[in-house]
Amino acid sequence: MQKRLIVSLVLIAGVGLFSLYAWHSPIEPISSPDNAQFTSEEIVEGRILAAAGYCSTCHTPADGQLYAGNYAMHTEFGTIYTSNITPDKETGIGSWSLEAFERAMRSGVSQDGHHLLPAFPYEHFNKMSDADIKAIYAYIMTSIPAVNQLKKDNAIPFPLNIRWLQAGWKLLFADTAPFVAQSAKSPEWNRGAYLAEGVSHCGACHTPRNAVGAEKRDNMYAGAAIDGWIAPSLTTTNPAPLPWRAQDIFEYLTTGNSPYHDSAAGPMAPVVHDGMSALSDSDVMAISIYFANVAGVNSDQDFTANSQLISAIDAQQTLPDLRLDQGANLYAVACQSCHYSGQDIVKGRPLLSLGSSLHLAEPTNLINVILDGFHADQGLKGIVMPAYREAFSDEDIALIAGYLRQSAGEKAWPNLISKVGEVRNQPQFAQ
Amino acid sequence: MATFKLNGKTMTADVENDTPLLWVIRDELGLTGTKFGCGIGTCGACTVHVGGRATRSCITPVVAVEGANITTIEGLSEQGDHPVQVAWQQLQVPQCGYCQSGQIMQAAALLKDIPSPSDEEIDAVMSGNLCRCMTYVRIRQAIHDAAAATGAPATKESSHA
Repeated sequence: MQKRLIVSLVLIAGVGLFSLYAWHSPIEPISSPDNAQFTSEEIVEGRILAAAGYCSTCHTPADGQLYAGNYAMHTEFGTIYTSNITPDKETGIGSWSLEAFERAMRSGVSQDGHHLLPAFPYEHFNKMSDADIKAIYAYIMTSIPAVNQLKKDNAIPFPLNIRWLQAGWKLLFADTAPFVAQSAKSPEWNRGAYLAEGVSHCGACHTPRNAVGAEKRDNMYAGAAIDGWIAPSLTTTNPAPLPWRAQDIFEYLTTGNSPYHDSAAGPMAPVVHDGMSALSDSDVMAISIYFANVAGVNSDQDFTANSQLISAIDAQQTLPDLRLDQGANLYAVACQSCHYSGQDIVKGRPLLSLGSSLHLAEPTNLINVILDGFHADQGLKGIVMPAYREAFSDEDIALIAGYLRQSAGEKAWPNLISKVGEVRNQPQFAQ
Repeated sequence: MATFKLNGKTMTADVENDTPLLWVIRDELGLTGTKFGCGIGTCGACTVHVGGRATRSCITPVVAVEGANITTIEGLSEQGDHPVQVAWQQLQVPQCGYCQSGQIMQAAALLKDIPSPSDEEIDAVMSGNLCRCMTYVRIRQAIHDAAAATGAPATKESSHA
């Protein structure tokens, strides 16, 4: 009897403590932010940081108004529609004080006290400085036109849609650690780490997640599936044949392509062209130095005598008998006019065997690119790759992908034809 | 709906996003030098330049070229005297002529990246441009001639003409 009483008391106390933890009071709405408090430098910095955090990518749907929300995020838990973060008082964040904005950015709690879903990467934004968070607030409040548009209801099944359960998720999984500079590393490395782990939230796509969608912090940047694409590993397990030196990462992040690796496709395209493009060269170089180090790459190495590079250049010049290999035949007529660079590496003539897409365990990225190509604002800016979605059958695309995989020296992808069908029918990443 | 530059002029095409660029160029904008061949990006007749790169316009949705610079055969040179065009005329390359605007656009793009290509390099880059009249030998020679005319150092020239 006494035992039962104790168990009950402990349970009640536990529920009580959890409720205390889970409950957040609303923060008093403001009639309008005092825009005079922001300096013009702050607003400019906020615009840069908002770009580097890709706010518009997730808060603006195709054909939608800037920051007005309702971009559909297709997650394995259901479809989430993003919030209106314009300064509209009724449907946006126009009545949010800086305190409310900072609480949302740091702990994923809305102004009215409800828990935000971790699709909003507050764990990363929490690593930002107070000044940087205030700058983004200043930019949104002063420079983004208010749009009156209600957020659509998420299509997330019960019980995942119970918001206070998010508190339990946070208790168990959320990374609440602030950014701590590492004194053993250079200032550039630390600046890169601060931007990458914080505002640019690289890990949100490149770090694998556990069964309930939390980033596995002991496996940072190990690669993950996201939005119908594979975000490759950024660590020593990156599958590209040539290592990513800091200068290669810099070139990729500033132009959308590294000729020794590959191009920024799918969800990575806006990262480069809407995000990194706003940052100064020194900040992008800082991020590049950080990631070269994450991958354990020595950036001083020279590629001229690199055996992987030499064999990739040689291999592109040797086609099999086109009458016998149907995949090579399709490749020769449909792809080779651009994907052939002779004796040298030519920027804009991507040597496919150097890219990660042929070396990943899944053919998803390659199939996505064959189906939908590159728009002028993806990969190398201003040039395009055509879309073979309507031109080629699943079998045709599987033949080309199979030929390329083999020519890159990898073992065949299994069930390629049905995989093409699967990728063809998945919701397309809409920018 | 897409806005882009076509032969130096800003154009807006008020069509569905997935309309092929070739349709826009021929039917909406009235430039008929670019041809329709296979419609699945494997014959090269519809080749134009997007951002200076040879692109099959029949399978490029117009939304993809938003903001891009497009050049068609009509805009390759003001007087029709691009080195590839000159070589084409001198060697009388075309027979029926249907594929030639695509061939010329592809060859011009090839010479930009590989200024003095070998036979193998020409074959590799040009193998997506079909010619039903089989004028391949003259096409290859014209590319060598155009490369020589632009001052590129000579390479293993084809002996056929």
